[in-house]
Amino acid sequence: MELWYTEQHTDNVRFSIKVDKHLYSGQSEFQRIDVFKAQEFGTFFTLDGLMMVTEKDEFIYHDMIVHVPMATNPKIKNVLVIGAGDGGTVRELTRYTSIENIDMVEIDKMVVDVCKEYLPQTACKLDDPKVKLYFEDGLKFVRSKENTYDLIIVDSTDPFGPGEGLFTREFYGNCYKALKEDGILVNQHESPYYDSYAKSMQRAHQRIQEFFPVCRVYQAHIPTYPSGHWLFGFASKKYDPVADLDEQAWNSLGLKTKYYNTDIHKGSFALPNYVRELLAGAGK
Amino acid sequence: MHSEWQSKAPIYEALLKYKSKRVVPFDVPGHKQGRGNPGLAEFFGEKCLAVDVNSMKPLDNLVHPVSVIKEAEELAAAAFGAHHAFFMVNGTTSAVQAMILSVCKQGDKIIMPRNVHRSAINALIISGAIPVYVNPGIHTRLGIPLGMSLDDVERAVHENPDAKAIFVNNPTYYGICSDLKRITALAHEHHMHVLVDEAHGTHFYFGENMPTSAMAAGADMAAVSMHKTGGSLTQSSFLLINQGLGVGHVRQMINLTQTTSGSYLLLSSLDISRRNLALNGRTIFEKVCTLADYARDEINKIGGYYAFASELMNGDSVYDFDRTKLAVHTRDIGLAGIEVYDILRDDYGIQIEFGDIGNILAILSVGDRALALERLVSSLSEIKRLYIRDKKGMLDYEYISPEVVLAPQQAFYADQHSVAMKDSKGCISGEFVMAYPPGIPILAPGERITAEIIEYITYAKAKGSSLTGTEDMSLENIRIVEE
Repeated sequence: MELWYTEQHTDNVRFSIKVDKHLYSGQSEFQRIDVFKAQEFGTFFTLDGLMMVTEKDEFIYHDMIVHVPMATNPKIKNVLVIGAGDGGTVRELTRYTSIENIDMVEIDKMVVDVCKEYLPQTACKLDDPKVKLYFEDGLKFVRSKENTYDLIIVDSTDPFGPGEGLFTREFYGNCYKALKEDGILVNQHESPYYDSYAKSMQRAHQRIQEFFPVCRVYQAHIPTYPSGHWLFGFASKKYDPVADLDEQAWNSLGLKTKYYNTDIHKGSFALPNYVRELLAGAGK
Repeated sequence: MHSEWQSKAPIYEALLKYKSKRVVPFDVPGHKQGRGNPGLAEFFGEKCLAVDVNSMKPLDNLVHPVSVIKEAEELAAAAFGAHHAFFMVNGTTSAVQAMILSVCKQGDKIIMPRNVHRSAINALIISGAIPVYVNPGIHTRLGIPLGMSLDDVERAVHENPDAKAIFVNNPTYYGICSDLKRITALAHEHHMHVLVDEAHGTHFYFGENMPTSAMAAGADMAAVSMHKTGGSLTQSSFLLINQGLGVGHVRQMINLTQTTSGSYLLLSSLDISRRNLALNGRTIFEKVCTLADYARDEINKIGGYYAFASELMNGDSVYDFDRTKLAVHTRDIGLAGIEVYDILRDDYGIQIEFGDIGNILAILSVGDRALALERLVSSLSEIKRLYIRDKKGMLDYEYISPEVVLAPQQAFYADQHSVAMKDSKGCISGEFVMAYPPGIPILAPGERITAEIIEYITYAKAKGSSLTGTEDMSLENIRIVEE
């Protein structure tokens, strides 16, 4: 018997992983949650059938979504994380002793409960005393905050289903308001490769650009996401992620990472021409 | 409610049966189940076009129902607590017209508030009935017209004992309800019929703790827009009647203007939606009320906006309030409702029902979700942050009580000519002017054009209201009655 997990990356492209065991399946108020065990990728979990995190390649995503803004401004103390129910983003953030507070807002408590049970590799720091968990809509949470955070990380699902509110103009505007005057917003920015993802990517870029004076995009290679070519958005009121990078300061922290280093940091903002063109054409 | 019986949907079931028989169509419509129009079939889907069919024996006939439509009418009547229910496919407009035509002949008086939908005044033009307007009064802070006060109705009844009917719009677009029970008792005491424009009140028949519905209040007729909050297809509607009026007589009035090619898409959508509300309406509207209450709280927390509800109730002209309506007063942040309406659509991709001079209205119904409401609330919060300004110089009313000089029909058919709107002060209007939506006339045929009305029209136009009604599409000119 062979058991395969298959995600439809487009109408005409499929991605499959051979599964050893289906560990969990449940339906929350918002979405279907599944956890699988595989020879190649270890334990992985999906939401509504879409790949979220695998034990084997999660380090790439979490390194890049956390260390890029932290190396740009090492003085960050108060952080808001939206989504990120698997806990990987929080795990990386807790490695910085300089961070005083992490508010994590996840709409679906069941995702956190399931990850705590099946994915301790990422969920291991969710009970850290610096971390406060809020189970509500991120759009709602951020509405009431003003001039509060140094960094907001939007670690969301795709812009359909429960994540749809996190790709809207009203959300980015409210994030701008919630950030301090030197605040940074980093978000999961979809992929430039397949058309439907590229459209979401362009829309997000256009909307963020309307609010933030610094608005950049960087990339990483994530093998289990559609096309493998994934983008992150870096928006800020003050700091430029490359010009203001203090390599020495970050390297002196002595953090051991498997993907991120300060060379990758600088290089990740160098984008292929077709991505540059997509970004320049956003909103047109 | 007999839920076993209500789980039937005779028109829908007959269509399924018809489809399964694979009948060869040599009748209209000419697209022949979509085959003749591939573009249409691609867009709507073959499933949909296969049941876009004409009246035939197994599917009954809307003009003269004897089988499945008749049974569907009986089911609907039971679901709404009415003596009879008519399926309407020409919009609630045709239901309102049928109500007035059924009880008013040429020259008969009908007591009504002036803030009715244009369909009611249109019916006066067709029937020749004479309106006796009751001034609805205005909420001083919000500028919106209220319901009918019982004292005003009583005065109108005593001054016009020969009136044939009282027409009530309940709830108003903003969710305001009049004291229907006492108005109905008063009317019946004086042998007048009570006609209710319940276009925005479908849910009153199915939700818990809702304002009194027309049929429950004992009113004689009600026009109910099933498509507005009940989930059926646009343009489909019910006309309900209580005991006392002849079903045959009302059907004759409906058939004067209603199509003889009643759409089975519309008819089956009414049938399926009635079944859904009869079986699940209580849960559905409980959820809608919870969502609306939540949104009001959150919007009021933003500050500057005022999302109003039951606190407006005063036992008379605001006898009750429909909590499912999410109306928000916007003038205090320096924006006209119509401006907020436009920003929401253009910048945030959110379409609400309407914006007028000082308010916006979002309709919540069977199809709403909490996530979408969060988007609306957050967008309003952003609009305030980005656009707030001084409210000096903003108009503060939505309704001007008109001076009626001629009956609508008399003015409409009188000799008229066109003048520039700005030069029309003091003239009698020969046509309608209204912002659409909400479609409540600022001017109706036969009313005096005042300086205040010209100022209001100019202001609404400048703020971006889409004004309609006049022959001149640009609204620079207006037709006036020759005196």
